[in-house]
Amino acid sequence: MPEDSRNAIEFRDVVLTFGPQVILDGVSFVVRPGETKILMGGSGTGKSTTLKLVLGLLKPDSGQILVDGEDVTHYKESQMMKVRQKIGMVFQDGALFDSLSVYQNVGYRLAEQGADEEEIEETVQRTLRFVNLEQAISKMPSELSGGMRRRVGIARALVGSPKIILYDEPTAGLDPPTARTICELAMKLRDLEGVSSIFVTHRIQDATSLAREHATIDDNGELAIVKNTRPEQNASTQFIVLRSGKIIFEGDGEALWSSTDPFIQKFLE
Amino acid sequence: MLVARSFRGLTQRPVYVRETVTQMDIIGVGTLPITLLAGFFIGAVLALQTAKTLQSFGAQNFTGRLVATSLVRELGPVLTAILLAGRSGSGITAELGSMKVSEQIDAMRALGTDPIRKLVMPRMMALLLMAPVLTVFGDLVGVFGGWVIATTLLKLPTSVYLSSVHEALNYNDIFGGLLKPTVFGLIVAIVGCRSGLRTTGGTVGVGRSTTQSVVVSILLILISDFFLTKLVIALSSTP
Repeated sequence: MPEDSRNAIEFRDVVLTFGPQVILDGVSFVVRPGETKILMGGSGTGKSTTLKLVLGLLKPDSGQILVDGEDVTHYKESQMMKVRQKIGMVFQDGALFDSLSVYQNVGYRLAEQGADEEEIEETVQRTLRFVNLEQAISKMPSELSGGMRRRVGIARALVGSPKIILYDEPTAGLDPPTARTICELAMKLRDLEGVSSIFVTHRIQDATSLAREHATIDDNGELAIVKNTRPEQNASTQFIVLRSGKIIFEGDGEALWSSTDPFIQKFLE
Repeated sequence: MLVARSFRGLTQRPVYVRETVTQMDIIGVGTLPITLLAGFFIGAVLALQTAKTLQSFGAQNFTGRLVATSLVRELGPVLTAILLAGRSGSGITAELGSMKVSEQIDAMRALGTDPIRKLVMPRMMALLLMAPVLTVFGDLVGVFGGWVIATTLLKLPTSVYLSSVHEALNYNDIFGGLLKPTVFGLIVAIVGCRSGLRTTGGTVGVGRSTTQSVVVSILLILISDFFLTKLVIALSSTP
């Protein structure tokens, strides 16, 4: 199969239980190349668990999980290490390593791969510039605000240019301007870098921004976030709504806003 | 499994030499002052306690022998291991537990690093190597503590005390005195790392894991001490 036509992520009838509790109950979906799948649902409906399944941090009870066309369902930890090089993960609170500086956190993956210091420094500076945090390079995580921690988390996930990025509620608990900055970063990656992603959130403002706007480079060569004007621009963002471990909605933003399902309507309020 | 996976890490790249040296510094150098202090006073109190009993038999010249054998065979390894469990084992559990609940362990795996090799192996190696070294220092300072009491309060000549110490110890004591702390170091490392990596339930969970780690380590040290003593006795009686 040509590389471009392979689905970035695919779940086939995935079931996961923790003891008697069913977390995911036959979940199937596909994330196409360059697509952002927004995963919504109440607390404890298996959103973060879905991301951990993609990374192989958890294994499903049954079903299949494919990453970049590769069936990783039964991969061992050592096999998953190679798959994880294609994936960047942004954790809920950043999950930065407390004992390492911003520079060491962002350059962690390269340092572990034995890259030379010059390459690490160049990559870290470029990546921090992308998230607009160059000034924080020598700070420790404890010196950063919540929003800065998330952005450093995004920068760390971006090192190695992964084809897939998983966002686990990256805007939870942030003030609206900072949350907006995070969404714009996700748009830049989706529209300008062609990154595929799953964006877990329960903030409807994030979902609206990602579904109705896109990043582009304007006539002056500057980055601009503008409203979508063509249907294909809407198609790059798709929604999944989870409830009690099952998918109750799958489709684009317009279908979500016009849904008559009482749970979804209540959720969108 | 934890031990097997940690040691397998020694044969695969990258080998975390810097982390291992850092842990040896934290665990070895960090625990040295309290080990020396504890060793000195244990030696001193042993001399004080035994001298009175020995005096009633006119055998106070054996004070050095009692201090040395008690320290090298039992008290040195066991008390050093208990200090390690309280100081380093608890620290390891709290650190790894905090990393677990704040998703740093997951982040490490997501970034392609095996936490067993990066976090467990250096701590295990450091404890395996440092526990016997600390025990030897504790034993030496304990014998010194006994000498201070023997020469000042009991008025024993230094030569009598030292020759008594020298006569007391044989190769089996030294073998047992090094075998025990190595096993105890392994126990502290396994229990500390395992409790940390299995932590759940936020900051309360970290506290719970840390307490559990210290209690389980100390119990396992005391239980294994009995079997190790049996082993050393069995080996020493083998012709």
